[in-house]
Amino acid sequence: MPGAELPVLLPPAPPARAQGDARFGLKARHGLYIAVLFALATGAAQAASDAGLPGPFETLLKWVPFVLKGFGLNLVISFFAMLFGTIAGAALGLMQISLLAPVRSGSWLVTQFFRNSPWLVLLFAIMLLFPFELDFGFVVVPVPDWMKAVIGFSLPIMANISEVVRGAVQSLPSGQWESAESLAFTRGQTLRMVILPQCIKRMIPPWINWYCILAMATPLASIMGVEESVTYTAQALNAEGDRPELIWPFYLFLLLIFFAYTYPIARWSIRLERKFLVKT
Amino acid sequence: MEFFADFFRNLYETTGLNFVIFYEEYEAVRFVNAIWTSLKLIVICLIFSLVVGIVGAWAQGAKSRVVRLGMAGYIQFFRNTPPFVQLLFFYFVVGTTLERAGLMPLVDEGGWTEPLIGNFGWAVISLGFFAGAFNVEIFRSGIEAVPTATREAAEALGYTRLKSYIYVVLPLAFRVCLPALNNNLVNLLKTTTLAYAIAVPEMMYTANQIWSDNVNVPEMMLVLFIYYVALVGVLVWLMHRWERKMRIPGYG
Repeated sequence: MPGAELPVLLPPAPPARAQGDARFGLKARHGLYIAVLFALATGAAQAASDAGLPGPFETLLKWVPFVLKGFGLNLVISFFAMLFGTIAGAALGLMQISLLAPVRSGSWLVTQFFRNSPWLVLLFAIMLLFPFELDFGFVVVPVPDWMKAVIGFSLPIMANISEVVRGAVQSLPSGQWESAESLAFTRGQTLRMVILPQCIKRMIPPWINWYCILAMATPLASIMGVEESVTYTAQALNAEGDRPELIWPFYLFLLLIFFAYTYPIARWSIRLERKFLVKT
Repeated sequence: MEFFADFFRNLYETTGLNFVIFYEEYEAVRFVNAIWTSLKLIVICLIFSLVVGIVGAWAQGAKSRVVRLGMAGYIQFFRNTPPFVQLLFFYFVVGTTLERAGLMPLVDEGGWTEPLIGNFGWAVISLGFFAGAFNVEIFRSGIEAVPTATREAAEALGYTRLKSYIYVVLPLAFRVCLPALNNNLVNLLKTTTLAYAIAVPEMMYTANQIWSDNVNVPEMMLVLFIYYVALVGVLVWLMHRWERKMRIPGYG
């Protein structure tokens, strides 16, 4: 009997929340704490640096626009990968609930394969095996490295979105299908007019969650030489020469911009999840 | 064995498919070492992340506000920053600083010295803390399923907070959170490939070396995919067996 109550154990919690615990929300004042900590770290680095050279803080300030430019590419990669991954994933997810057994098992296999391979291996595969230009006969389209990274990231996203779609469709009570059938809806009509509109709500929180995971995976592209924020940070440090005291502020800054970007999105997804949980 | 090697040598000569790791001793040794290193990395990371999760979930229920806030900060930081940058941060920033400050003990490797925590060590620490942050949340959701009455009963029998956590709460909580734990551990297994970036000679790194030397990218890529999908399969199978074994009859 699912969810039966034992005297020593409560029923299992509803499927794990996408991100974190609602009790520990960061407030504006926490931003201040983080800023103070960061200032202390740079201050310590300031003390450690030689006199006569510009301090770490000024040096960092000089390079901030450069690193942010790299971060812009991270965002561009994440947007495109999410776009392609969602489109392909939605199609694959619908194939997973097809009535045709070969389509169902084929799409299941594809989903499991891309879901269970490491992101880095998929990225390597696309980077090394995908042609650097596509020849369509009448026009030759060059494929820059960052475009290949987009394809490499959209593959695991595709597989995971496919699972999200399948899970959402299967989470609806079967009575929905049956009543639509009794109203003479065809299968396509049922999906389009009854099932999917209800699923969208359930799919949005995990979809946002996957976007966060993707955004945090984009630095992997720097391994392949794509010029994004991690590559730029390393380049900035190289340009400054042998100054080990600089690595603290630079890498902390890198972590902080990612945190400042993903954290609000993660909070938003928890809020949405809670909002939708009450209504359904 | 000889037949096996001959088959792949033959395959290369007739079709050009170069699975060099199956017929050339040098590459085979490299490959086996990579399997060993990557399995070691995965197992140690898994255990470390579980320890972090268990200790962290206990610390989350601590009376001290500072400890609780510290845990919350740790979780939010590690969940919302890229694991790859965390790894670089640990290895290049923390590691280098410790070495420069002379705080890192050196180990004599017979002729040369190595820092006590090298790239392998930092990979374990960084990935363990990354997955550990998720594990803390997972264990907490399990602990929440243990009613206060059960904890109070343990207290009435004279258990301290720590003892009741170890003997009463944790065994029950574990059973509730195994499915979620399963997901996170699979994720950790896949994330261990990041150790490539700091030159830990695990499978991803070695595969890269092998295809650089032999120019057989598609073949090695196939081997890589099969290797990781098979590993994930084994881990999932083990976790499901464990789940069945620890099942409480009549629950869930």
